[in-house]
Amino acid sequence: MTRWGMVIDLERCTACQACVVACKVENNIPPAGPEDAAVGRSIAWIRLARMETQEHGGVSSAQLVPVPCMHCENPPCVKVCPANATRIGEEGLVAQVYPRCIGCRYCTTACPYTVRQFNWKDAAWPEPLDQALSPDVSVRPRGVVEKCSFCHHRLMLARDRARFEKRELQDGDYLPACVESCPANAMFFGDLDDPHSEVSRLAESPRAFRLMEELGTRPKVTYLSRGD
Amino acid sequence: MHAEELGADEVLLRPIQRTTRAFWLFSVPLVGIWIWGMYAWTRQLDSGLQMTGMNVPVYWGLYITGFVFFIGISHAGTLISAILRLCHAEWRRPITRAAEVITVLVLFFGAGCVILDLGRADRVMNVILHPNFQSPLVWDVCSITVYLTASTVYLYLPLIPDIALLRDRGGSRQWFYRILALGWSGSPGQKRLLERIIGVMAVIVIPIAVSVHTVVSWVFAMTVQPMWHSTIFGPYFVVGAIFSGIAAILIAMAIVRKAYGLQHYLKPVHFNNLGLLLLVFAALWTYFTLAEFLTTYYGSDPSHMTVFTSKFTGRYAYLFWTMVATCLVIPMALLVRRKTRATVWGCVVASISVEIGMWLERYLIVVPSLSNPRLPRADVSYFPTWVEWSLLAGFLAMFVFLYGLFTKFFPIISVWEIKEGREHALDEVATRVRATLPDSPA
Repeated sequence: MTRWGMVIDLERCTACQACVVACKVENNIPPAGPEDAAVGRSIAWIRLARMETQEHGGVSSAQLVPVPCMHCENPPCVKVCPANATRIGEEGLVAQVYPRCIGCRYCTTACPYTVRQFNWKDAAWPEPLDQALSPDVSVRPRGVVEKCSFCHHRLMLARDRARFEKRELQDGDYLPACVESCPANAMFFGDLDDPHSEVSRLAESPRAFRLMEELGTRPKVTYLSRGD
Repeated sequence: MHAEELGADEVLLRPIQRTTRAFWLFSVPLVGIWIWGMYAWTRQLDSGLQMTGMNVPVYWGLYITGFVFFIGISHAGTLISAILRLCHAEWRRPITRAAEVITVLVLFFGAGCVILDLGRADRVMNVILHPNFQSPLVWDVCSITVYLTASTVYLYLPLIPDIALLRDRGGSRQWFYRILALGWSGSPGQKRLLERIIGVMAVIVIPIAVSVHTVVSWVFAMTVQPMWHSTIFGPYFVVGAIFSGIAAILIAMAIVRKAYGLQHYLKPVHFNNLGLLLLVFAALWTYFTLAEFLTTYYGSDPSHMTVFTSKFTGRYAYLFWTMVATCLVIPMALLVRRKTRATVWGCVVASISVEIGMWLERYLIVVPSLSNPRLPRADVSYFPTWVEWSLLAGFLAMFVFLYGLFTKFFPIISVWEIKEGREHALDEVATRVRATLPDSPA
């Protein structure tokens, strides 16, 4: 069984936000105007979080870190959902079932990474963007929670292809849009259960760390720290 | 059947027999506020939760605060009345019903707040159709349903003899009282049975009430969020609930007493005794708050400290210190001295202060923790919009109106329990005290 995971190399990341844009286009995320952004209601499945790092000679430096859903092995969001609208799948992907979600936002408050997003209003695209929606991803109705799916629709396509070729799914069968778009090659994606895959090798790197490991959520997104 | 003569106690039935202009003057604005609140709700249903001030990361606001607050007040009735009954506190007699009605009514508004908060209120049945029993919200659904059922039964049982009394008086509503009276004739056998069932219910209701607010606290405490993930939350919430509950009873008693001229029934001694209870809970609440904040401060985990400082000196400081003043300083100042405690105004001012403070306490649990997530986000502050305020006002108004309406159908002071107190309580208490004294040598 494959267990999909991601590695983000902060040494290579230039914080260009290509991943953020690619994700929005790929997953039919409606653009937010300045009004919505000002009140914290712009939806993004992957965002750049500003993190303070240690001080060097009195100057504290900050770093922008791309934060998608961590697809935790022990996800706090799945436990608290009253209606079983968010589940962890066989391959470790934490999925959101839009038609069942009641919009109570318990999962969004329970997630320590605040990566879950809520549809405060009806999704709308200005012309001609409304003609360019991806047919593979459903547009979410108002009032439900959504989140990074590790581009689940791409996984389904890859699964079909593997079945057609009469083989098991394997490392490298698909990449999420963010990983594919990264111009600095700072993002890696693959099978964490395959000991020879690039991601499992990188996840063992001495530079590897995970966000808030101490909470016991066991994230499947690994970061490689900067050298400086 | 002959209607029983009540003598002086006739005054207890007067609100049912006669409705004054004052009642309508009291009801019309309340219903008006409710209608306004419902209008606000239609606007929210129409445009979605963008009508509220909630945002990322403050996903919860006034509605969830209201949920915790209203469920807290529900501990007024059932729990306190049950405890007083089990302790054979004789002064409970004119108070218990006024308290129990609060519980049953306010629970609907507590549960209603959660419905308001849902992005998809139309799918609320999914919680029952596809329940996830790991979720504290499902525990809440279970415990609140049980509590509502038990407290309704517990309100209804002691009402039966009074309903029968009203049935025997005839009038246009007789059919209604006949159905509800369940054929009560007041025979000694029926009385014994009723008293036994009330006794059993009083015992059952206490653990249920405690469980309800414990589970409400677990909605927060079961997550790993800063200043929510605390083992003290269960008892802390229960104490806060009883605290705001006692204050609610005191306010209700004062209004009923004034409106229906029940000065001879709700005497300063009743206010004094409940005021003492309120004082004890002010002290308990302070103890829990101190324990919670001191532990956080001493541990000084950075993510907890961000929330702590936002309450203590930061953005929420003015609310936090108002809470300390209204939950601790004002009630203490008024209730410590008998001179102010044994007065209606003293108790009422203290109670209103406690209600404001306890609402702030709930708000300060929900909002600051969400405003300061572990991973910093763009700095966004939460302020409730007119929709949220209108719905809060509408819920409060409807609750008060329904309470008033109850007094128009049922005696708000238990007639038969007062009568029984007059006839038997003195002897019973004397026997009880005598039984505890050392036997005198023959």
